[in-house]
Formats: sequence, structure tokens, C-alpha cells
Amino acid sequence: MEALDLARLQFAATTVYHFFFVPLTLGLSILIAIMQTIHYRTQNPVYDRMARFWGKLFLINFAMGVVTGIVLEFQFGMNWSEYSRFMGDIFGAPLAIEALVAFFLESTFLGVWIFGRDKLPRGLHLASIWLVAFGANISALWILIANSFMQQPVGYTIRNGRAEMTDFFALITNPNVRVQFPHVFTSGMATAAFFVLGISAWHLLRNTKQRDFFMRSFRLASVYGIIAIVLVIMVGHSQAQHMVEVQPMKMAAAEGLFESEDPASLSLFTIGDWEQREEVFSIRIPRALSLLSYNRLDGEVRGIHDLQAEYEEKYGEGVSYIPPVALSYWSFRAMVGAGFAMLGLAGIALYMTVRNRFNAPGWFYKVLVAALLLPYIANTTGWLLTEVGRQPWIVFGLQLTADAVSPNVSLGMVATTLIAFVLVYGALMVVDVYLLAKFGRKGPEPAEAEDTDQSQPAVTTAHV
Amino acid sequence: MDLQDLWFVLISVLFIGFFFLEGFDYGVGILLPFLGKTDTQRRVIINTIGPFWDANEVWMITAGGALFAAFPHWYATLFSGFYLALGLILFSLIERGVAFEFRSKQDDPRWRSVWDWAIFFGSAIPALLWGVAFGNLVQGTPINAEMIFTGNFFDLLSPYTLVCGLASFTIFTLHGAIFISLRTTGQMEQKAQSTASRLWPVAVGVSALLAVANYAYIDIFTKIGVNPGIMPVASAAALLSVGYFLRNRQHGWAFAMMGATILLSVATFFWFLYPNVMVSSTDAAYNLTVDNASSSDYTLKVMSVIALTVVPIVILYQGWTYWIFRKRLLDDAKALEY
Repeated sequence: MEALDLARLQFAATTVYHFFFVPLTLGLSILIAIMQTIHYRTQNPVYDRMARFWGKLFLINFAMGVVTGIVLEFQFGMNWSEYSRFMGDIFGAPLAIEALVAFFLESTFLGVWIFGRDKLPRGLHLASIWLVAFGANISALWILIANSFMQQPVGYTIRNGRAEMTDFFALITNPNVRVQFPHVFTSGMATAAFFVLGISAWHLLRNTKQRDFFMRSFRLASVYGIIAIVLVIMVGHSQAQHMVEVQPMKMAAAEGLFESEDPASLSLFTIGDWEQREEVFSIRIPRALSLLSYNRLDGEVRGIHDLQAEYEEKYGEGVSYIPPVALSYWSFRAMVGAGFAMLGLAGIALYMTVRNRFNAPGWFYKVLVAALLLPYIANTTGWLLTEVGRQPWIVFGLQLTADAVSPNVSLGMVATTLIAFVLVYGALMVVDVYLLAKFGRKGPEPAEAEDTDQSQPAVTTAHV
Repeated sequence: MDLQDLWFVLISVLFIGFFFLEGFDYGVGILLPFLGKTDTQRRVIINTIGPFWDANEVWMITAGGALFAAFPHWYATLFSGFYLALGLILFSLIERGVAFEFRSKQDDPRWRSVWDWAIFFGSAIPALLWGVAFGNLVQGTPINAEMIFTGNFFDLLSPYTLVCGLASFTIFTLHGAIFISLRTTGQMEQKAQSTASRLWPVAVGVSALLAVANYAYIDIFTKIGVNPGIMPVASAAALLSVGYFLRNRQHGWAFAMMGATILLSVATFFWFLYPNVMVSSTDAAYNLTVDNASSSDYTLKVMSVIALTVVPIVILYQGWTYWIFRKRLLDDAKALEY
């Protein structure tokens, strides 16, 4: 065990943890803004209660997203100082711009939205939640511009051993970000849709007093969700085609494709000897991978061994350019599987909405409650594929992860913070899930009483 | 002025904004368990910064991002070098941030007390450590020819840096007390006023100690001589005038003068530091400077255009929020929670 291994583990853990909260912030901020807009237009009080109720859950989640985000900004310097020196020109810029144009907007107007409800004109209060939604999603754009450079470096030159920016416009219009941002943006929408569907289904299943409230929430989320998940899948497909082109090794690992094939078959299920890098057993659809990659029935998709030989020639021998294949392969399958399961469920939910039939069998509502986890699985495994599949590079073709780590941060130091992260993050996850479940179950404030909180008795629901 | 100097100034501005705004946030958090004896009082204290604290913290995030973009070596050496100290700050900010949101979510005295202390420690630790960190930048830390920090956590703690930490801690606490006095009425306002009056002499004493320590421990004596120039003198005058305004019950002025104190002393700090950004105690030749730690001119140009356009807009709309939430909070306010 070296400091490098722990630093990688810590970065992976803190980033995955941060991204539990981010997609819901991205998607739910927009959905709440839509609810509040409907209330603004129609004056129907149920939509006001909707914005408040989902807003309360939004804020619990938002707090976790904010505090775990600071960690990432610090960590590049703390654990990856050589990366920071090498990439500062290019990576620091979008990070600083993210804070300037997005974080300020998001956090300032969130304060306005929370505390300005009864102090501001209605239109201004509505504008504040839209600005929060805009700020949150613009921040995703800037961080993905930064991440896209790591996947596909553009607009740079190497000078004095550092990557220097030569074309800011090329950086922000990176072909990679054009597929990556829409994918993350719509994933956020899908996450929010399944969050609202899941909690609404819980109430519809139990026939709680708030049936009308949750039927309307369900309807809104089913429309929002189907749009989102269809787009996620379509954009994801373009993204995968882009990956075949610029990061073929990542695609080969994601497909468990050891030998190049033309036409290439698609693996449905492969058991590999991942250490020996051989296929042991595989169920495959002929030509399907070529079809997915190029929209035609033939075309070579290169395999791991060929790519390794090519990279050895290009980048030098003595390094394995092969990412962890099993993790990439199964992450890809988990993401796609979760995505298609969401498509099916969102389709049924939309059907219920269109037909206005909410007498679905109990098991379906139970499935929807459980389906709350699906976007979390897809979001996490999607990022695992993106980042693990790029290894051993931290910046594709330019810097190896092993060369990026802080040379002066010892194993003991990383272990200290990693243990602290595990303890603190573990405890906070328990509290977060407990609070979301508590307020999710409790439902919205009753329609009559405008008087909130304070006078209410302590609620002691069972722990989750 | 060349781009490196412009960015040194911009980084200073971001840190001034951060210490001015987060300064009173930290102070409010530090005073929370002591000024707030009942649950409602504590809620009132938290709500004095409720709409603002998150946006105030973005000044720190922006300063960090700007450091990364404009001076990558400064960012890399500082963050990897001060690893455990920054880790402590991070954990403090994590606890503090969620505490503001979570405390009201359960009507149980033990639950609330846990989060109140999280707010206290989450404010007190960074308030102390930011001073320690800045002290280390001017005093110097072991840095080798490759710009790599070669010391450990305990190298960061010296008499000088501890005085710096104590100074930031007391100044922020006083700043917070005056802020609470401006945002509340009645009993809480009075409590905050008398706390501020009692804290002021302490802040003056610690600042005087810092002034002496500056001559004793760092190289300003050789750099600028006995006469420190107009900025630090004005900073001291501003802090002294705070006492006058507190006695005359002009708390708005006292707050403005605290702002001037923070602005001028942070500006003085950066002026002492320039043209270095981190001093090497190993060998002055290894100092990180605005020239050897900076990004390429192209990146600095792009970032200048963006920062000089966006920062004024941010200041405008953030300032506007202080205007819309200018009304003082009542002691018996009912719907304080959200």
C-alpha cells in the first residue's frame, strides 16, 4: 500500500459521495421552479405547497452537496499537487469561473429564496429559484468543461513541462463536453423525477391523506422523467460513439473486448479471466457493437491487446495502458441496465398519468419506491466508468495518475484524512437519509394551516 | 502593472472579501453557545447570517479557484504543504454547513445542542487556522528547490503564527458580535453590544502583540524599516475607533470600522508578502514569487477579462441581498425556521 493508492481511494470515495447529492440538486431545482411557476400562473395553492414540500427535501440534500463540494476543490491541491502544477492553467480556470459565475449566483439566490418568501414580490421570489436552478446547472457545465479536458485535451500546448492553454474557446467547446454535459444535465432531471415518483408512490401506496397532492406530484414527475430518461439514453449513445473515437481503450474495457473485431459483436454477459485478460465465457450479439459504434453493421472496434500495442509505440513501453477491465465492464452494464429499467418505469408512470389511472397494483408502487435507488446506481457507475476507464491516465495521453500525486503527502497523512472522511461522511449519510425519510413520510403541511413549524409537536417516526 | 501583479491584487481582493464576510459569520458561530441561552435565542443568532453565510463562503471557494488558475504553484505548494491543517478546516466547514440546515429538523434539545456545538467548532477552528496559515506564508516554511513543502504539521505552529491565529480569531469574534448587534433588537441586541465592548480591548491587545511580533519574527524590518507606512497605521486607527463608536453606541460605524480594519490589515499582509507568495525558510532562493508561481500570460488574460467583468456584478447582487434582509430580527420571532 502506497500513499498513491490511498490518495486514489480517497478521491474516488469523496467524489462518488459528492455526486450522490449533485444530480438531485441539478434536477430538482428545475422541477421546483416549474412547480412554483405553475403556482404563479394558476394561483392554485397545491402547487405552492408542492414547491415548499419538495423544497424542504431539496434543501436537506443541497446542504450535503455544498459541503462535500468544497472538499474536491481543496483536494486537487492537497493530494494531487503535481497535477495542479501541470494543469493549473487549464483546469484552474474553469474551476475559478465556476465559482464566479455559478456558485455565487446559486448560493446568493438560494438564501433569497429561503428567507424571502414573504418579504419579496412573488415574481422576484419565483425568479430567485430559477436563478438557483440556472446557477446549479451552469456550475455543472464548467466543472465538466474542466473534466472534458482530462478525457480529451484540446486547445493547449506543452511548455516547460506544463500544459498551457492556447485557445480558451476550444477548451469550452470541447467536443467531449458537448456530449458529456447534456448527459449529466438530463441525468439530474431523471434523478429528480425518480426521487419525486418514489416518494409519491410511497404515499399513494398507503393512501395517505395527501392523495391529491401526491397524484399531482406524480404526474409532473412522470412527464419530467420520461423526457429526461429518453434524452439520457439518446445522448448517452452519442457519448459512447464519441468514446469509441477518442478513448477507444475505455470502450474496449467497458465492453470487455480483448481482441479487435470487425464486425464487432456486443457482449451481453462475459466472464473473463480479468487478470490474464482473456475471455472465459461470453454471450454475444453478432455485429451489434459495430452497429452501436458506427450506426452500420460492420466496422472495426479495436480490442485491448491491439490498443496496448499501439499505445506502447506512441507513449512508451513499460506501462500498462489498460484500465481495470472488470470494474469498467460491470460499471457500464450497471449504468445501462439501470437506465433502461428507468425508461420502462417512467413509461408506465406516464401511461398512468395520461390515462389518469392511479389504481395500479401495490407492487408497482413498491417497485417505484425501490427505483429511487436506480438513478443513484446509474450516476455512480457512470462516473466510475468515465474515470476508472481513463486510467492509467489522469489527463488522457498527457499525464499518468501515478505522476500526479503530491510527493510530500505521506501514507500516514492520507490515512488520517481518509479515516476521518469515512467516519464523518458515514455519520452524515445516516443523518441525511434519516431526515429525508422523516420529512418525505410526513408529507406536506396540511392545506388549511399556513402557520408553519414551531407549534408542531415533535415527530418521532421510526428510524430507517 | 503586469498580469501577475494584477492577479496578486485580485487574490488579495478575494481574500479581503472572504475575511470581511466570513469573518462575521465565524464570529456569530463562535458566540452562538454563549450569547444564545434559549433555543429561540440561538435561532435568532443563526438567522442573523441565515440568508448570507453560504454566499459568503463562496468567497473562499473563489479565492481557492483563483489561486489554482492564476498561481498553480502557490495553490499546489500551499494545499499539499498545509495538508492536515486544511483537512481540519475542511472537516470544520463540513460540520458547520450541514449544522445550519439540520439543527431545526428535529425538536430535541440534545439534537440541537450537538449541531450548535458543530457550528461553534466549525467556526472557531477555521477562524484560528486561517490566521495561522497566513502567518506561515510570510514567516516562511521549509520549501525546497522543487517548490515542495518539506515540513510537517507542527512546523506550522510557531509563536508568530499562533499570534496570527489568535488575532484572526479575536478580530472575527468581535466582528461577529457587532454584526449580531446590528441584526437584532431588544435583549439580544444589548447582549451583543456589551459582548462587543468587552471583546474590543482583547482584540486591541492581541493586535498590538501581532504588531510587535511582526517586527520580531518576520523580515519586515529589513524590508520596509521602522516606519510601517500608512496602511497598517490606518488599520490600527480603524480598530481603535471601533472602541470609540462602541462607547457612543454607534454600532453601524463600529461595524464599518471593523470592515476597514480587516480590509487594511489583510491588504497590509499581502503588501508585506509581495513579491513573494510563499516564503521558503530553507533558502530565500526557493521562495515562490508572483513570477515563478504564476500561470501563462494567456490564461491570466482570459481570467482577467472574466474576473473583472463578473466580480462587480457579484458584489452588486450580493450587496442587494443585505439590503432586502436589512430588517432586524425580533426576539420573539415565530417563524424563524424554514
